[in-house]
Parts: sequence; structure tokens; C-alpha cells
Amino acid sequence: MNKQNLNVNENNDLLLKKNKVVNYTADETNALLVKKENRAKRKKFGALFFVWFMLILLYLPIVYLVVYSFTDAKVVGQWTGFGVKSYTLLFNPKNKDSLKLWEATWNTIWVAALSSVLSTILGTLGAVGMHFLGKKLKTAMNVATQIPIVNAEIVMALSLVILFVFLGLPTSAFSLIIGHMVLTIPFVVINVQPKLEQMDPSLYEAALDLGATRKDAFFKVMIPDILPGILSGFMISLTLSLDDYVITEFTKPTSSNFNTISTYVQSTLAKGNIPIQLKAFSTILFLFIVAAMIGYSVYNYKQSKKI
Amino acid sequence: MPSSQGQAVKKTKNHVSEPRKALTIPYAAFLVLFVIFPILLIFFYAFTDKQGNFTLQNFQDVFAGDASNATFKVIGTSLGVAALTTVICIILAYPIAYILANSKYNKNKIVVYLFLLPMWINFVIRTTATRDMLLLIGIDYRTMPWVTSIIGMVYNYLPFAILPLYNTMLKLDKSQIEAAADLGANPFDVFVKTIIPMTIPGIVSAITMTFMPTMSSYVITDALSGRTITLIGGLIENKFLLSQLNVGSVYAILMLILIGASVVFERHFTEQGGKR
Repeated sequence: MNKQNLNVNENNDLLLKKNKVVNYTADETNALLVKKENRAKRKKFGALFFVWFMLILLYLPIVYLVVYSFTDAKVVGQWTGFGVKSYTLLFNPKNKDSLKLWEATWNTIWVAALSSVLSTILGTLGAVGMHFLGKKLKTAMNVATQIPIVNAEIVMALSLVILFVFLGLPTSAFSLIIGHMVLTIPFVVINVQPKLEQMDPSLYEAALDLGATRKDAFFKVMIPDILPGILSGFMISLTLSLDDYVITEFTKPTSSNFNTISTYVQSTLAKGNIPIQLKAFSTILFLFIVAAMIGYSVYNYKQSKKI
Repeated sequence: MPSSQGQAVKKTKNHVSEPRKALTIPYAAFLVLFVIFPILLIFFYAFTDKQGNFTLQNFQDVFAGDASNATFKVIGTSLGVAALTTVICIILAYPIAYILANSKYNKNKIVVYLFLLPMWINFVIRTTATRDMLLLIGIDYRTMPWVTSIIGMVYNYLPFAILPLYNTMLKLDKSQIEAAADLGANPFDVFVKTIIPMTIPGIVSAITMTFMPTMSSYVITDALSGRTITLIGGLIENKFLLSQLNVGSVYAILMLILIGASVVFERHFTEQGGKR
């Protein structure tokens, strides 16, 4: 009996220890709650500190460009007092480097615009057609669509150069546009596809039943339905094309001194120091991007409020 | 009667859908002509000389004698840079994505955009700026090419690692995490045994988004190592500039093999993730 009692007592002790059953007074409970709250606050502060610290690191090179665009020094990191020479040079129509930079900018823009529009049209039509294909053909097309996404850009660039050599054609504006389309078209397709799957197929059929021509049903029923996917495919195409270096370097026209911003900056880098107006140019570009971003956010915010 | 009506409906349906299928023809032709056929040409070029005769000389140029040491050194360097970049990117991107996707810490989508914004600055300009900024704070690319190259690579690919992780973390089942914590798991166990397994698809796609492109991003290592670190991509560019497309094709095949291996790796792990 005695032994059993002892055992029970021991067990109780153990249970108490394991579950830490302690009787708290109200004050003690409050103190614990405050402690818990403080711990959560500290955790949140730590998390936000980390995120903002990373953001500052990410923006350091850009801040460097912006700050050092306001000094006339050519050497990296040298500050020779405040100056706006980089800006006046950039807008000086007689400066050769600035002219080349603006020409490269114009080339970058039209190549991106043209290749993105063509990719968007061809890719959207492709995605719509694929949506109605049989299972085997659809899988084959999906695999083919993945190739340019998975493949290394430089392998595609080399393969296109080989294709044009094989066909006996020199690289030209045509090969450049083709190169950018290869880069961007799969992203149009994979952005349109989910919208097609969400689409209500009976709407298109209904339009046809009610006497719409196929063209009308396609442009007035199907396209508006999948428009968000088309637009995001177009935006990704623009982004990829504007930023591209490798495919541009390989497929750009060899005959003339054709450059986009990427290839122009890379070629000046190879020669040594970059011209100082490039810093002014980058600053303006950055402000332009920030403005576009703010505009887009405001637009999104207003759209979400409407709904 | 009803069955014949059904057939009639079916007939018109097929009739309607035919021209829609045809919409894919131009796209399919584009893919065959400018994606698939050029890749087949790479294999053709690797096994022929400039006159188009069959030869194994190109492979000898790459793998025979002294050349093989140089080639394997470049492959090793590429894999090393890619692996290091990927590991650092994931270590940094994982907590960032977790914090951004967790409404406890962040309710604002704009912070997510802020991480993507630098991507819209031309990447050659961005890389140049990184080089000069690092020089300014005393990290010289001429004396520490590895440090500057890896910083440049991580800088460039971090957003690509954050995005897929962020997207999977948005869909994270919070009740499982809370349940694990309520049932007595310590924070470390909660992290290793519930959060990581749930985010494996995101981790895998973050790895493929950073690992593969890094190996061919010779522009970044060229600028940030003063051309002392060579990646496979750099070898291909070199052969292109020398118009040695046949030898370049051999390097391209090497690259394709590495890509194939990483696709197999990705498939393996995403399928495992799907089974859970």
C-alpha cells in the first residue's frame, strides 16, 4: 500500500513537471501575455529589418549611379564636386557617344515593340489553337513550347546563327526579330493558356448559335475573355526583349554598327571606361521606371476599388 | 430520334472546332523552323567540318590532350559558380519570400514590387554599376574576382529565386503550421518538418530558375572578374566571335547535356512534391 501511494505521488510529481502545471495569479498571466506580445513584436521587427536591409543592398548600385551622375569625374568613385556635365553631354546633339547611346535606345525600343507585338499575335493564336487540339498533339506542342524556356539563351543564340549560316543568309534585322521572338513567344503562350482553361466554352458556342460569324465570335467573345493573359504575356515579352544581351549580340545585323543599349554598353565596357553620360541616362531610365511602376500601382488600386 | 440529333450536334461542333485548331499552325511552324531545327543543326555542325564532311575533329579539339583539362576546368568553374549562386540565392530568398508572403509581417504588395523593380534596369548597366559600386567600397574585382562575380550573380538572380518561392508561400496551409506548433513542435521542427516539405515545389523551381541561367551568364562574370573567370557560355561566345561554329556546337551540346540533367532533376523532385 505504502509503496503504491509513493508511486502515485511520484507519478503526480512527474505529471506536474511534464505539463508544467502551475497556478498563475492574474498579474502573472498578464506579465506572461505582455512578454509573449513583446516577443512577437521583436520577431516582426527582426523580419522587417531583414527585408528592408536586403532591399537597401539591392538598390545600392542604383543609388551609386544616381548620386555619381551628378559629378563630372570620369574615374570610378571619384567625386569632383557637384556637376551636371553628364546630363548636358547626354542632350548635346554634337556628342558622338550620346548620339550612339540614343540610337541604341531607339533600336532597343523598336526591336522590343515589334518582336513583342509579333510574339503576342503568333503566341495567342498558337495558344488558342492548342487549346482545341487532341491530347497527343497538345502534349507535343506543350513540350516544344517549354524548349526555349528551359534552354540556355546562348545555345539558342548559337543555333539561330548556325541556321542563318546554313540558309546562306547574313544576320539582319530579320534574324534579330526572330531571335527575340524565340526568346519571348513561349511566355505569351504560357500566360494565355490558363485564361483559356478558365474560359467558359459555351459562350463562344452561344455566340455562334446566335448568328455571330466566327471572326466576330473570336474577336468579340473569346479575345476579351483571355485579354488579361494576352496583356501579361505582352508585358513579359517587352521586359525580356528590352533587357536582352546574348541573343541580340549573336543575331544582330553584322553589316552596320547596329547596337541596342545592352550591346552598346558592353562594347564600351570592353574598350575601358564607360562614357559619363551613361550614368545620367541610367538615372533618367530609373526615374521613368519608378514613375511607370507608381502609375501601374495607382491604376491597380483604383481598379480594385471599383470592384 | 434523340441519338440522331446528338450526332447532328456533334457534327456541327467538329465542324466549328476545325478552323480553331488550325490557328496553331503558324506557331507550330515557327517552333519547328526556329527552335527545333536549329538545335538539330547544332548536332549536325558538331560532327562536321567547315565543308560539311563528317569529322570527330571538333570533339578532339575540345577533349583531346591539354584541351580536355581546360574544358573540364571551365565546366567545373561553371558548375561551381552556378551552385554557389544558387545556394546563396535560396538562403537569402527563402526568408524574404516567407516574410513577404506572411500577412503577419507584410500586408503590402508594393514591397514585393520593390524587389522586382531593379530587374527593369538594363542588366548590363546594372552589372557595370555593381562593379563600380563594389570598387568604391573597397571590393576590387581585379583582386577578388570570385567575390565580386558571386555578388553580381546573386544580385542578378535573387528576384528569380524570390518569385517562385513567394508564389508557393502564398498558398501555404497556415493551419498545418499552427497545428504543429500547438501539438508541441519547437520552431525548428515546425520549419524543417512542415514548412520546408510544403514549399519543395517552390524551392525546386527557384533552383532551376537560378542554376541553369547562371552557367550561361558569362556577361556578368566577364565584367565582374575582369575576364579571369570563364564559364561555358563564354567559351561558346568566344567560338562564335572566331566564327568557329563547329567547335562552338560541341560546347553547346555539353550545355544541352547539363540542361537535360537539370530538367530530369526538376521533374524528379516536382513529382515527389506532387505525391505528398
